[in-house]
Amino acid sequence: MKRLWHEFIKGIFSENPIFFIVLGLCPTLAVSTSVNNAVGMGLAATFVLVCSNVIISAIRRLVPDKIRIPCYIVVIAAFVVIVEMVMKAYAPALNRALGVYVPLIVVNCIILGRAEAFASKNPVLPSLADGLGMGLGFTLALLIISTIRETLGSGTLAGLSISHRFEPALVLSLAPGALLILGLLMGVIKWARSLRS
Amino acid sequence: MADKFFVAHAPHMRKNESIAGIMWRVDLALIPSGLVALFIFGSSALWVILSSILAAVGTEALIQKARGQKVTVYDGSAFMTGLLLAYNLPAHCPLWVAAVGSIFAIAIAKQAFGGLGRNIFNPALAGRAFLMAAWPKYMTTFTRPFVYDAVTQATPLSLIKEGKASGIVDLSLSYWDLLIGNRGGALGEVCILALLLGGVYLLYKGIISWHTPVSYVATVAVFMWAFGSPDGFGRGDALFQVLSGGLVLGAFFMATDYVTSPVTKKGQVIFGICCGLLTGVIRRWGGYPEGVCYSILIMNAAAPLIDRFVQKRRYGASR
Repeated sequence: MKRLWHEFIKGIFSENPIFFIVLGLCPTLAVSTSVNNAVGMGLAATFVLVCSNVIISAIRRLVPDKIRIPCYIVVIAAFVVIVEMVMKAYAPALNRALGVYVPLIVVNCIILGRAEAFASKNPVLPSLADGLGMGLGFTLALLIISTIRETLGSGTLAGLSISHRFEPALVLSLAPGALLILGLLMGVIKWARSLRS
Repeated sequence: MADKFFVAHAPHMRKNESIAGIMWRVDLALIPSGLVALFIFGSSALWVILSSILAAVGTEALIQKARGQKVTVYDGSAFMTGLLLAYNLPAHCPLWVAAVGSIFAIAIAKQAFGGLGRNIFNPALAGRAFLMAAWPKYMTTFTRPFVYDAVTQATPLSLIKEGKASGIVDLSLSYWDLLIGNRGGALGEVCILALLLGGVYLLYKGIISWHTPVSYVATVAVFMWAFGSPDGFGRGDALFQVLSGGLVLGAFFMATDYVTSPVTKKGQVIFGICCGLLTGVIRRWGGYPEGVCYSILIMNAAAPLIDRFVQKRRYGASR
């Protein structure tokens, strides 16, 4: 139980996929313009990550080493199709907003990375905990970045206008703004960590 | 006897120069342009300049304090960043825009890279690029000269870019107007005579060398003469192109920044020529009417590479 908790919690803090492993930057930079998009993207990726981690860890002894990456991609793609279809049926607006980044979850480096680095070497339950932790860590990071970018970049929060007098800095909802905010956040986190040790 | 022979690394010949001495002299060289800006645009220009400088110096002091370093705001470099940034702003832009630009320039473009001497990009230009991307509305609304009111007027270059004019005749301007600054534009870039006065002072004092400004301006002139007109090769108005936009301000005061441009003379010529080509390409075919800021920023990134490229081969060493 303690090990499961460790595998779960490391993805959120000490090995956060965005702030520490620095994986999955493409969707991070692209969809963190608004909180709604970010949470939608984070949860979709979490679902795929958990399911693919479980399946890949279950079949890890059956898959020949040489073709493991294609096998992982087939598994991941199956779940991405499920996510996309569900999203199209129940959240068409979100699906339109995320656009090509939903199908691109197939090649999300966090998911492939966890499959290769963790699920293919560990039993099912720890893989599940790892997938859940990494997925929620990804969602949390997206939530933090998107909150800053949406409030300062377009003057809204989760789609609601904050103040009429505030003039949003357009640059933060563009790509350079994403890189700036991500870089500053990583700096702040590193600084906070250095204070603790 | 032993204390008379001491072994030390090069350099052995020292100039009696300090960072503060150089920086304050550059600041002094920028003053005429600022005074003319007050005359052309009225007191609003003064407030923009003051808020920009205050924000720059304040940010530098705060960050150096917070990082436990010696506070070096008296060396004039933060002052210069604020001043240069203000010269890139329209005279009636809101004061908070100027302040935010300065804070970005010092905090992100300078101190985040390690402070004076370690920044890759010219802080003032990085601040301007940030403001341009953040609040383009304020950055592209220029003030009409000699009206002392917030009457707007587009810059000559943007009128040409939008196809509303094709040359200096359509704009009802003369070259003399461009020289003295009787046109729309950023507050410190319009009066070419005042900028040249400062530039010549810096050249005379040996603070900048002629290599970058001359190669930069000459490249823009030749390029725009050759390709500047849609009528065909060699029909462009080189003089008009040199006198408009921020070219003179950029060539003398920003492309010559010690930290972000090459240190070798050959490198400076290459730097100037590349800046000129980029400026010409942006003015002629790019999306913006003016390209001085972006071309210097792009070449800032290439400056260390240029210096490596032109390094002399030491005798006997293989490359």
